[in-house]
Amino acid sequence: MKKVLVCIKRVVDFNVRIRVKPDGSGVVTDGVKMSINPFDEIALEEALRIRERGGATEVVVATIGPADCQQQLRTALAMGADRALHVPADGQVEPLAAARLILGLIKRESPELVILGKQAIDDDNNQTGQMLAALWQRPQATFASKVELTGDKAKVTREVDAGLETLEVDLPAVITTDLRLNEPRYVKLPDIMKAKKKPLDTVQTTDLGGVGAPQVKVLKYESPPQRKKGVMVKDAAELVNALRRKGLVS
Amino acid sequence: MSQVLIVAEHDGRKLNPSTARCVTCASGIEGAQIAVAVFASQGAEVAAQAAQLKGVTRVLQIDNPANEHALAATLAPQVVALAQGFTHVLGPSTTFGKDLMPRIAALLGTTQVSDIMAVDGERRFRRPIYAGNAIITVEVAQGAPVVATVRTASFEAAPAGAGAPVEQQQLSVDLPAHTRFVSVSAAKTDRPDLQTAARVISGGRALGSAEKFEMLYRLADRIGAAVGASRAAVDAGYAPNDLQVGQTGKIIAPELYVAIGISGAIQHLTGIKDARTIVAINKDGEAPIFEIADYGLVGDLFTIVPELEQLLSAN
Repeated sequence: MKKVLVCIKRVVDFNVRIRVKPDGSGVVTDGVKMSINPFDEIALEEALRIRERGGATEVVVATIGPADCQQQLRTALAMGADRALHVPADGQVEPLAAARLILGLIKRESPELVILGKQAIDDDNNQTGQMLAALWQRPQATFASKVELTGDKAKVTREVDAGLETLEVDLPAVITTDLRLNEPRYVKLPDIMKAKKKPLDTVQTTDLGGVGAPQVKVLKYESPPQRKKGVMVKDAAELVNALRRKGLVS
Repeated sequence: MSQVLIVAEHDGRKLNPSTARCVTCASGIEGAQIAVAVFASQGAEVAAQAAQLKGVTRVLQIDNPANEHALAATLAPQVVALAQGFTHVLGPSTTFGKDLMPRIAALLGTTQVSDIMAVDGERRFRRPIYAGNAIITVEVAQGAPVVATVRTASFEAAPAGAGAPVEQQQLSVDLPAHTRFVSVSAAKTDRPDLQTAARVISGGRALGSAEKFEMLYRLADRIGAAVGASRAAVDAGYAPNDLQVGQTGKIIAPELYVAIGISGAIQHLTGIKDARTIVAINKDGEAPIFEIADYGLVGDLFTIVPELEQLLSAN
């Protein structure tokens, strides 16, 4: 296999406590730490391991979003991606629009494998990989916890509600990653220096078919209802008595 | 008038309870006519169960050997062929629906609404983002049908007791051969299913090992509970992945949730916020889990769990 394409998204870091703006127009993102979506970091790590095992010769990382996203692309290059593609886009890019743009990149790059995170931890949509596979008319193996490549096939173990499911798909294919697929490497300082010299190209949305009008309009943001503060009990007996009084245990 | 198509989740014999919850969600769309589609190799048994759900207008049974296993690449073009004339296509926000529904949405040329938690109008819904730390109200543009997944913990299951007609359907759709089912390894258990259990006992990293995690199964059996786990416990190998509760695991809404040795990361809390009563047992009194617990007990779980087991068996 020659090429793996990895798609990443810049999101609010998973450690940040999210607050909704008082006027309900969005969540507070000013001055907030931004990172590569953790699932996408796992996607990149998997691609790098495939290349390091000799399963691929090139790992290309791509993102769609404002100019600031180039920071995350540089991080991805420092992790070990060979080159990066930035598709500049301001404002909301819906999953279907993202899938269409990535399909445009696929037509230019012809990768044998595309790996994405199963969901971004900001919108929690869990759609883009599946949509890309549909538009590309290729297989999808979502929520992967293990990927084995042999020739022009991939055997993928998926985390499903019932347990673990294994699929075999023909390449090219789309894989989306779950948490336990791997543990992404840490970036070392010399790699950050090296990453500055790696190619980072810009591809305009207009060259990829454009971003259509949004189909799902956000009308309002709200904070979730808070649970009432409970009571502390002193020991197991008091707890069991409380639960019995409420009829929760017999 | 809204015509809603629900894609049934099942294992070939039994309808998954997530489907009945989708029916309740669909019933919230004013004037909805609700059809449930059962894709299977032989779907009569499942179709009969779907036909009993209150609120269902009709059941469409699509038998095809290719539908033996629920592969998104195989099912999506069939659902699209069936979706003609429907205004909404819904599936559960389980791994089945999360895998399948976006593929359908893309083929229908629309973005999906993920994890509907409330219906505010024919094309207006509420859904959680940022692991449930914000709720957005969204409106889907006119044109393509609404394709959505339903956050099952937000809706009660529609009761059985009705009798909708079952229609056999033949679809002439070219199905891809590029995706093949190999195997599934599911833990066989007599315990209640985590996603639908009334009571759940859940353990975290503090359990320390898979052997020690076993004590939670004994406690769960005392009160007929399902067993769950935090991501940390699953990552550490104390419990299998299908027990994970949280943003990227299962979202559950039991009557009673007992979190044992779970500190309560926001990613975990989003999976249990709809539980009626939350109990937290943790040795760290500052753990965030206590902020949302109805009953908190600070102490050593290795002392408390055996005590609970004894107290609950004394009755």
